[in-house]
Order: sequence, then structure tokens, then C-alpha cells
Amino acid sequence: MTEVAANTVSQSWYEASARQRIDALVDAGSFVEFIGPALREKSPHLAIFDLPEQFDDGIVVGRGRLDGVPMLVAAQEGRFMGGAFGEIHGAKLTGLLRAAHALKQDLLILFDTGGVRLQEANAGELAIAEIMRAVIEARRAGVSVVGLIGGRAGCYGGGSLIAGTCSHLIISEQGRLSVSGPEVIETNRGIEEFDSRDRALVWRTMGGKHRYLIGGVDTFVDDEMLAFRQAAIDARRAGRRCDVAMLEAEQARLERRLQRFGETKDAVEIWQTLGINDPTEVPALPTDAFLRATTDRENADDAR
Amino acid sequence: MEKLSFRLTAPRSAGGTRTQAIVGVVASGNLEVLLERDLPADICATDIRTAGHDFGMVWDAVVRDFVARRAAGGLRISVNDGGARPDTVALRLAQGVRKIEEPER
Repeated sequence: MTEVAANTVSQSWYEASARQRIDALVDAGSFVEFIGPALREKSPHLAIFDLPEQFDDGIVVGRGRLDGVPMLVAAQEGRFMGGAFGEIHGAKLTGLLRAAHALKQDLLILFDTGGVRLQEANAGELAIAEIMRAVIEARRAGVSVVGLIGGRAGCYGGGSLIAGTCSHLIISEQGRLSVSGPEVIETNRGIEEFDSRDRALVWRTMGGKHRYLIGGVDTFVDDEMLAFRQAAIDARRAGRRCDVAMLEAEQARLERRLQRFGETKDAVEIWQTLGINDPTEVPALPTDAFLRATTDRENADDAR
Repeated sequence: MEKLSFRLTAPRSAGGTRTQAIVGVVASGNLEVLLERDLPADICATDIRTAGHDFGMVWDAVVRDFVARRAAGGLRISVNDGGARPDTVALRLAQGVRKIEEPER
């Protein structure tokens, strides 16, 4: 097998485990895990609550190659405690980001998370803050931090804040990106505000298509391993600025966006304002037709 | 959590040369199985942490059946269980033995 031999098996990103996603994303056979399951770096908190632990604490970190280029990779396992951040889980990602900074190697984060683990909330919240700082420090040193979102748990809570600091975000239709999840909004504001069981509402408010349309993410791909891989390869070549001018441009864009869409009641109204013909058809459009129909989407400006 | 341990004589030793393998995930009705090749070739040791209580006899039957049927000698098997059914456990154990047999890339 050649050094850059790509994986060619067609497979759903949404259905795959964290380890399957890494195997399909990087060059075949190139992944080497750090702090693997045999080291048993488990959560020190879950046993107190009599909850089952996982040997990797729900995140796989290591190095590999992407199209021949050395790269660091972290993948969250969304099925273990909803991919939520705890002390060890977070520390593994912080450490990997600091390694990316020191080695000047780009880093991929495969998000699949509901946010912070309630059983270790303080440690988890601290981890989110440390990770965001580490992302910015790595980016300031010229490192690209690319986020990939398309898992079962989506990318919520603290995970969405981290995603907001990344240089580039890739999402599929199944990927959801939002600070508060559907159930959280319904619990706090009532069912009139948000019906978490209305899946169509959830998808058009937080799903990949809407996030792409309003400039919350940079690349929209099919729910397909190879599509994520190609988008990650392309993302490395994208801009890697992280400076005051870029942030000010993004701030101005967000202010314009609020003026433009602040009064709208539903995502469909936003799509209409964006000038999309037949906005109600957006959820049903296949990827090719969707990308053709959305040339007037909001631009993400490498920040969001 | 309940902890269970079995140390059984294995009729067949595990194939392949990988030193370790992991399969599965800790979720409701699911489990993860970590296999490490670090025991004498005729021994299989299994350590289980399970969310279910008082299922020791079922685990005993599943693990004995697994060691009798599959090539599990030489393996130290560690299980984190999220309440999986016995058939799921049997399939995961079999999957783990297959994974550690795979050629190294």
C-alpha cells in the first residue's frame, strides 16, 4: 500500500463510530493513537455516580496523514454519554491542540457532542475554556484547526463554542450545530418557543443546511466518509488568518446579519430573504441542487 | 457497578500478532471490549464492569461458551458494559477475537 493510499469504501459518517471515522478520514493505516484505551485513562468522576466508564473516556486522539500531510486528529464518540466533555476527555483534546501548536501541524476535530458532562460539570466547563484558548493560540501560530460535524449527537453546548473558534467548519445535513439543544430550549422557554419533538423544526433551525446558509459553517458535504475526507483536504488549503482585522470583519458581518434577519420567525423566512427560489424546498434538496441553489448564502469569513 | 472476573483454561490460543484490539462502545444496551495479548497461550482472563446487578450466572455462561468456542487463549479481556443483552455480549466478544487476528497494517 502506498503512503497516501486513500480509503475508498463508501460509508455513512453519521452511523460510524469515532474510530471508524478516523480510519476513513486519514490515509489508510496512517493513524497512531495517543493515550489509547489500554492505558485506561478513564474519568475519575463517573465511578462516584456508579456510572460505566469507557477506557478512552469517549475521545480518540492521535496523529495520522491526510493526503500525505502529517496531521493531528481528535474524534469524539457520540454514543458514549452523548460525546460529552469531562475532565479526561477535555484534557486529551487540550493536550493535542498544544501539540499541534508546538509541532506546527494542522489539527482535525471530529465533533460529536451534546456539550459538558453534567456529572463532572466544573471540570468539563474548565476544559471547554482551556480548549478554546488552545485553539486560538494554535491558530495565532499559523495552525489550521478544522472542525467536522455530522454525528448523532450533533455539536452542542461547549462543543459548539469550540467549533466557533475553529478556522474552518465542515458539516453534513445530519450535523446539527447550536449552543442550546432542542430539549434545553423547550425546557427553559416552553413548547410554544420550541417543540423539541418537531424534527423538521430542529433540522431547519440547527441542521447543516441552515448553518451553511447563514455562514455558520464553511463547507457542506454529503453524509459520506469520502466527502468529509475531501472537504478536510480542501480545508487545509483555505485561509488561516486569525487576527484583529479578520475578527472585526466578522463582527461587522454578524451585525449586518442581525439587522437583516433579526425579525424573522423561522429559518424558511431567512432563506427567502437570502433570495433562494422556493425556500420551502430547501430541506428536500439533494446536495448538488442545494449547493447550486445557495450561491447567495452568507459568507463565514473564517470566523463565526 | 458490579465487578466480575473469570480466569479460564482456553482450548485454542488467539490468532494473529496484534498486541491489542478494541471493539464496541459503552452505551445503553452496548459494551466495549478491550483485548490484550499478555497471558500464557492456554489462559483467557475476563474482567467485567457492568451496570447491571445480579447477572453473574449469565455472564459466567456467556464467557465460558465464548472461551470454549473461540480462539481466546492468551487474551486478557476487559469489558465495560452499559447493560448489553447476552447475545450482544457474545457477538462483541467474537468480534474482538476477529479484530485481534487481523493482520497489522
